[in-house]
Amino acid sequence: MGRYVARRLLQMIPVFFGTTLLIFAMVHLLPGDPVLAMFGDKGADPATLAAKRHELGLDKPEWQQYLFYMRDMILHLDFGTQIRNGRPVTEVLGDAFPITLQLAVLAFAIELVFGIGLGIIGGLRAGRLADNLILIFTLLIISIPVFVLGYIIKMVFAFNLGWIAPNVSTEPVLSEMLAPAIVLGGLSLAYVARLTRTSMAENLRADYMRTAVAKGLPRRRVIGVHLMRNSMIPVVTFLGTDIGALMGGAVVTEFIFNIHGVGGVIAESISRREGSTLVGLVTILVIVYLVTSLLIDLLYAVLDPRIRYA
Amino acid sequence: MSIIDKTAAVPAPRGGSDHTGPLLEVKNLHVEFHTRDGVAKAVNGVNYSVDAGETLAVLGESGSGKSVTAQAIMGILDMPPGKIPQGEILFRGQDMLKMSEEERRKIRGRKIAMIFQDALSSLNPVLTVGYQLGEMFRVHHGMSKKDATVKAVELMDKVKIPAAKARVSDYPHQFSGGMRQRIMIAMALALEPDLIIADEPTTALDVTVQAQVMDLLAELQQEYNMGLILITHDLGVVADVADKIAVMYAGRIVEQAPVHELYKRPAHPYTRGLLESIPRLDQKGQELYAIKGLPPNLLKVPTGCAFNPRCPKADDICRTEIPALVPVTEQNGADLPGRKSACHFWKETIHG
Repeated sequence: MGRYVARRLLQMIPVFFGTTLLIFAMVHLLPGDPVLAMFGDKGADPATLAAKRHELGLDKPEWQQYLFYMRDMILHLDFGTQIRNGRPVTEVLGDAFPITLQLAVLAFAIELVFGIGLGIIGGLRAGRLADNLILIFTLLIISIPVFVLGYIIKMVFAFNLGWIAPNVSTEPVLSEMLAPAIVLGGLSLAYVARLTRTSMAENLRADYMRTAVAKGLPRRRVIGVHLMRNSMIPVVTFLGTDIGALMGGAVVTEFIFNIHGVGGVIAESISRREGSTLVGLVTILVIVYLVTSLLIDLLYAVLDPRIRYA
Repeated sequence: MSIIDKTAAVPAPRGGSDHTGPLLEVKNLHVEFHTRDGVAKAVNGVNYSVDAGETLAVLGESGSGKSVTAQAIMGILDMPPGKIPQGEILFRGQDMLKMSEEERRKIRGRKIAMIFQDALSSLNPVLTVGYQLGEMFRVHHGMSKKDATVKAVELMDKVKIPAAKARVSDYPHQFSGGMRQRIMIAMALALEPDLIIADEPTTALDVTVQAQVMDLLAELQQEYNMGLILITHDLGVVADVADKIAVMYAGRIVEQAPVHELYKRPAHPYTRGLLESIPRLDQKGQELYAIKGLPPNLLKVPTGCAFNPRCPKADDICRTEIPALVPVTEQNGADLPGRKSACHFWKETIHG
């Protein structure tokens, strides 16, 4: 177990360098110039631009920029500064992350409760009316793109019914986050429901289920303990990777509801060609993702004793 | 995760103590499966009975209905598609088919227990064996988790699993095949039931382990004076432990007999075929007999005697009339207690 964790942590090192290099390269391949963008439509004289570039180190060859960037990151935990207003990326993320976390936790709770709930209903009534209704519902959600779903919910509940404010305020409270969380968690909810349903329906026919019934256990114990423990294994895997994805913010959802979370900051940085901000942000998110997936893999072994890490 | 349901307040079966008949009696049991292709008649009027301390072996090929009958007794048939259109299953004189689901649940595991064929897939892979054994005591007797674990260790000792105390928190996949089957047996024995149904308990095991497991089962049966229904297609296993045998074919009992009589003088061509297809040392080098053909499709059972297309003795009457299960007698008409055959030509078969 300890060795496995150590190995996984070591594996993160090449992943870390790989992702940073990739993102760095991609950002620099994009057309556009962050310094030029800073001055907007007014523009500036070439000398000022060159001076600014030199100050930011943007006049050096790109491989040097990458090495300097990595050096600062590893030695000083400096993930770079925003070009536009000179704030450290960690500070920007510090502002955005709690909001994203709020949204992610809410979305995750929704997909957990309703996804697994619908999955259980469908799985236990496989092939019958309830199962088919859930199938249609989940198919519908899976096939609607998230920006369409987001706008529909915003139109109906904010503009037509007036139940919610169209935009989330800068200091959001949990109730404001409900509509975006539903939009964000909707797709995963559908996947979780289908995964749970399939897993349950399959395990219902397992030999050990017959044994559990033959032991004279009450139905809710047969289902609640014997069936659920086995059926949740694939669902937990999916939920685990989904946590990582949710932490990374939701560019589209945050944009629709005007939420200033991680997704919003990323979108902003892309449009301003802010390479260092973007690389710093994504690097931190990659680390979050890697750590959550490691935790999920460890949880997996708890759920399924046949899996042993050595 | 710990929904524990205490059913400690279960009364003894009503009128159970003064019941004098057999422990379990199956009367004219029919089971059908309604499938897309039609109705498969898996069991067609089976009758048998088991007394306390008695072992009944039910013999037959795959699809002969022997397991389905057992599942009907346990009440673990999938219904639907399964259906029991008629018949009675009397446990201590009470028809279990007329009981409520809750009443039946309280009998399952506590009064009638079942041992399944493949212990690896029949034990829950994600729960420790101690948990699965202890569950019997926790659910049926309302014991605490700690006490139940102590009981589980006792049970594992009982079925001779070495180092039981250390292994109680192991998972099924960490045991060998023979040990797993012992755990299945321990689970069935946990509450000292009156009747145990063992559905091919040794099929998945190698021969030496088979013998050990059967010996253990027979020993424990003696100790607790339990009735045992042993379902198998292995005639070798049966000879040592069974008191009487019922041979099934296409959902019917075709022959019933005390165990040694059946081996000496089979009264049905199917039984004879089965016996002749056992490899024997004194016939080394000769071709082994095999019953020709395949077991019938249960959606389309042949008319008359279901065995007629494969039977060397089949005549016109076999293709039209279903033979009844009739008592078998000696040539001079003397009674052969416990012997019955469902063959138009039983006389020729047993005496010929």
